[in-house]
Amino acid sequence: MTEEQAKVKQQTRRILNSFGRKRGNLIPILQKVQGELGYFPREAMLEIAQFLDMPEIDVYSVVTFYNQFRLIPPGKHSVRVCLGTACHMKGGYITLDAWKRRLDIDRGQTTSDREFDLDTVACVGCCVMAPVTVVDNKPQGKVEPTKVDGILLSFKLEKERQGEESR
Amino acid sequence: MKATGLQSVASTFREIKSRAESQWRELRDGGKPVIMVGVATCGRAAGALEVLQAIKRELKKQRLDCPVVEVGCMGHCYAEPIVTIIKPGYPPICYRHVNPVIAERLIRQFILGDDPCLEFVLGALEENDLVPSLSDFPRARFEKKVILKNCGHIDPKQIEHYIANGGYSALAKALQVPPEEIIDEVKRSGLRGRGGAGFSTGDKWEICRRASGKPKYVVCNGDEGDPGAFMDRAILESDPHSVLEGMLIAGYAIGARYGYIYVRAEYPLAVRRAQLALRQARKLNLLSKNILGSDFSFDIKLFQGSGAFVCGEETALIASLEGEPGIPYYRPPYPATNGLYGKPTLINNVKTLSFIRYIIQNGAEWFASVGTERSKGTAVFALAGKVVNTGLTEVPMGTTLRQVIFDVGSGIPGGKRFKAVQIGGPSGGCLPESALDLPIDFGSLTQAGAMMGSGGMIVLDEDDCMVEIARYFLDFTQRESCGKCTFCRLGTKQMLEVLDEFTRGKGKMEDLDMLSQLAEDIKAGSLCGLGKTAPNPVLSTLRFFKDEYEAHIKEGRCPALMCRELIAYYIIPEKCERSCDACVGTCAVEAISANEKRIKVIDQEKCVKCGTCLKACPPQYNAVVKLSPPSQVPASK
Repeated sequence: MTEEQAKVKQQTRRILNSFGRKRGNLIPILQKVQGELGYFPREAMLEIAQFLDMPEIDVYSVVTFYNQFRLIPPGKHSVRVCLGTACHMKGGYITLDAWKRRLDIDRGQTTSDREFDLDTVACVGCCVMAPVTVVDNKPQGKVEPTKVDGILLSFKLEKERQGEESR
Repeated sequence: MKATGLQSVASTFREIKSRAESQWRELRDGGKPVIMVGVATCGRAAGALEVLQAIKRELKKQRLDCPVVEVGCMGHCYAEPIVTIIKPGYPPICYRHVNPVIAERLIRQFILGDDPCLEFVLGALEENDLVPSLSDFPRARFEKKVILKNCGHIDPKQIEHYIANGGYSALAKALQVPPEEIIDEVKRSGLRGRGGAGFSTGDKWEICRRASGKPKYVVCNGDEGDPGAFMDRAILESDPHSVLEGMLIAGYAIGARYGYIYVRAEYPLAVRRAQLALRQARKLNLLSKNILGSDFSFDIKLFQGSGAFVCGEETALIASLEGEPGIPYYRPPYPATNGLYGKPTLINNVKTLSFIRYIIQNGAEWFASVGTERSKGTAVFALAGKVVNTGLTEVPMGTTLRQVIFDVGSGIPGGKRFKAVQIGGPSGGCLPESALDLPIDFGSLTQAGAMMGSGGMIVLDEDDCMVEIARYFLDFTQRESCGKCTFCRLGTKQMLEVLDEFTRGKGKMEDLDMLSQLAEDIKAGSLCGLGKTAPNPVLSTLRFFKDEYEAHIKEGRCPALMCRELIAYYIIPEKCERSCDACVGTCAVEAISANEKRIKVIDQEKCVKCGTCLKACPPQYNAVVKLSPPSQVPASK
């Protein structure tokens, strides 16, 4: 077992301690684990299966059934393009294309430098601000291709500023 | 023994209520100006948190001590961020589109000075001689706010605000009568489930009460997955206690011991608000053991969904609560008799539960006096899409679609023509202009080919392609199908493929028949509501907008100029201005360049059809146009 795997195991175990060994707790457990680890490494799922005394495949089946759970590590910043009806009709699909083009990844992926991960969301209920993109859990309204570039630029400037400060 | 118990409920609650009322009075009549900022998700997306910070900063700078209250959503989402200032000597005034700069001005000029900054006013909350009030708005004639009444006017984080505005009085009242009377009251009110199907709420309660098995559960279905619907979110964020109170009364009526609020994970703020509300209610003994000193005990847990649309279906929701993938199972037996862990489980929508307290407080007759013959009370709609006043509204059942869209919503922006309204999300349909005078109720909408659904209303104008919207919904249901039933799993995929071809101009006329056939098969061969209603968006658009389908198939043309494979952007040389480079700079893929005459030309090979150039072109030139089919673009010399 690598050091990272051991760490994941340990972290998962610590989270599990606050839950009862009940199947009904599976989804809250998964949410908490993803909240801390950011995704589901294999070891985490194995650990959960053992804890709830259920087949490993059943944990995997729940993880892959729900859209919220992810199997690959997230980026530092999360980008969620809303594709609800209002957003779609006001050009959400065009915004998604712009993100894909700029980040050079598809939905459900993370950039190779692990700075950004891109995904879509069915509807965040901010239909009046369509098209919406949720960046780092903050819904941003009227995100069109030019605003995509603006948001990315602000992250770039922020990073440069931090780089200078740390120097 | 029993009598003292009842007396103690009344007196315990009286004490809680008088404390809450004095807090509320202190806030409203304390002599200090009160500033209310709408910080529900819609406000936040528009920048309400920055406004809130600016207000607090400025108050500190000016050494002012005024209470700043974070409220929910008033329903006027088009005007967010909204700030309301209640200054003694003035009517309570709402300001629209407030940004940090305006916020600072409001503090300096209105709170410190005496200039109410009329240029930023949305309206006043009360009739007065200074500014028009919100009740003078044309929409006010059609609206009747019941469950949205508190939204945006109280702080959802303070249970005292809710109690001072009549909250939990219905619970205290209910606890003093036998459960059967409560069920009878709800039955007589004629309330029908607001989740979409419209089953009689009172009947459901009665079935659940009579069912044997213990413990019984009450589940609040807040898995509002319909894209384009945000009523439940707004209520949970702005007035969470009304949902709790509804659950408590339901729990008492059916004899339940536990409750769950099932909220979508995509609504993090609603989750936080509901969690806090639960903690506060517990603290005041409005939840958990021996509520208000009675022998009724009830506890509620919050459960977060994990992003699966199908979990809005009650049997899938139960599977999800049990830690399984959200796959529906066959009914009957219905959850009311065999639900969570096989026990009787009452599942009601957020809005349905919010109505309960008003029915108990004001009586069944009051509720039944509003609405139509078979659909009583009010309906909450979320208006979005191509409509001027996007936001939330509540109207009596029987109001027409035209009144909601044109009177409440103020019609279509930009002088465009109305084309259709999409109601009921992926289960609903698109209704054309001819259906606009339909009075809204459960029956009429279904008959017209749409569905009440949960109440999301997306207005579409002439720029929206009906084939594309049908494709969009099929894409959604196909992705969200749980995979249990073959017809739903594979049939929706097949329909999507056909529609995909249409939007690329590659369809054939005989495909239209196949679509109708597939639609019938999917309806017949699916177990749950998702599959049974998945073909509706296609069927309704085929019924009312067949000409658009034909244009796509026969001419390779998209009449609404939306389907990207069937359009091209083109710069009219005669209109293009030599000295202007607006489009060149904004093009994301560097597809635009100037020719030797300084006229801009789009390289069709490079163009990704994002439409940025069309928006960038200054209106005095208006040189960029969309053409369909793309072959209309003149060959470049």
